[in-house]
Amino acid sequence: MSKAKVARKSTLIDMTAMSDVTVLLLTFFMLTSTFVKKEPVEVTTPGSVSEIKIPDTNILQILIDPTGKVFLSLDKQEDMVNTLSKVGEDLGITFTSEEMKKFKIQKTFGVPMKSMKAYLALPADKQDAILKDYGIPTDSTDNQFKVWIKAARATNEELRIAIKADSNTPYKVIKDVMTSLQDLRENRYNLITSLKVESAK
Amino acid sequence: MAELQVKEGGGKKKGGSKQKKISVHVDFTPMVDMNMLLITFFMLCTSLSKPQTMEINMPSNDPKVTQDDKVKVKASEAITLVLSGGDSIFYYTGLPDYKDYNSLKLSSYKPDGIRSLLLKRNAEAVAQINVLKQKKLELKISIDDFKTQVSKIKEGKGTPVVIIKASDRATYKNLIDALDEMQICSVGKYVIDKITPGELFLIKNRESKGALSQNSAN
Repeated sequence: MSKAKVARKSTLIDMTAMSDVTVLLLTFFMLTSTFVKKEPVEVTTPGSVSEIKIPDTNILQILIDPTGKVFLSLDKQEDMVNTLSKVGEDLGITFTSEEMKKFKIQKTFGVPMKSMKAYLALPADKQDAILKDYGIPTDSTDNQFKVWIKAARATNEELRIAIKADSNTPYKVIKDVMTSLQDLRENRYNLITSLKVESAK
Repeated sequence: MAELQVKEGGGKKKGGSKQKKISVHVDFTPMVDMNMLLITFFMLCTSLSKPQTMEINMPSNDPKVTQDDKVKVKASEAITLVLSGGDSIFYYTGLPDYKDYNSLKLSSYKPDGIRSLLLKRNAEAVAQINVLKQKKLELKISIDDFKTQVSKIKEGKGTPVVIIKASDRATYKNLIDALDEMQICSVGKYVIDKITPGELFLIKNRESKGALSQNSAN
């Protein structure tokens, strides 16, 4: 009888193949990803069967939270600066270049113009904390929302307006926004929804 | 952190040349670690699916335009949906009948609710579009052809015209659901309109089972 031989095996595993796979995956994620935009309020969009994708650029997004606060975001920084200066002209406020620079890096904005200067003077982390308490006024007495939209449209002709609202937003708020848009003859716009699978049968 | 393992080339010496065969073996484990970390980061920080959108055209409320281009809708083709609070939806066909509180009917967003009504009213167009969809699946017609034909069918005669009116108690979800039904039922002609006191009266009248219309008649 021969001795049972236990083969000595090296525990080193060749990681090259694994590395290949991970690099491939990494490349895929880097190329396909679009970063999640930071939004001041959390919004769950209602589901729909519509399958039209939203275009990547030239989007003016109107964000409406369940309590009816309205925020705006533009995807191009130069548009943001021009829009702010136009709105400032309309309402008789001039902004320094320092304030412009701070406004440019905002992801979403929605502060009444009279608090805008004080807001821009705050450090970035404080801005994030208090932005959700503001919102652009949309009521008929002080409709700054209209001024913003008009200024944004004057800045960039090709802007597409997209409304992103929470499922539980009361229709009253949506109606105010839609009426304001109608007054500006912005009759075509997109409503952002999430995908829901359903068939006609 | 690369680890170089130097092995001697089999130990056989050939012709006195003392060249060592070096096998370069790099340990990839840290590299894999780092990649995994990055992948995790990207997976968590990205939104892969782009949000869907619905395109809508609102009627212009410019007084000059609305006077001239007012589209007259046949009463027999009109269906008015009134979105009310608590996920309830009312509808009436044709002209509102303020005297009969039963003319305003209660429906729901469920498949057996407003959808079955619309599918029935729009049966012809739905059938035609289903045929087209089948053709598209079998690649008999191109996507562009499909789109033009579908829009033609949707604009065709006899298809219902849906007027969506939302009350202040309705939510955004109700509006989207109603618009969704238009897509599902292939309704091409629909419009979002403001609610009128007449519709609010109809709802109240229905809730009080006709008491209001009786009062006004007396």
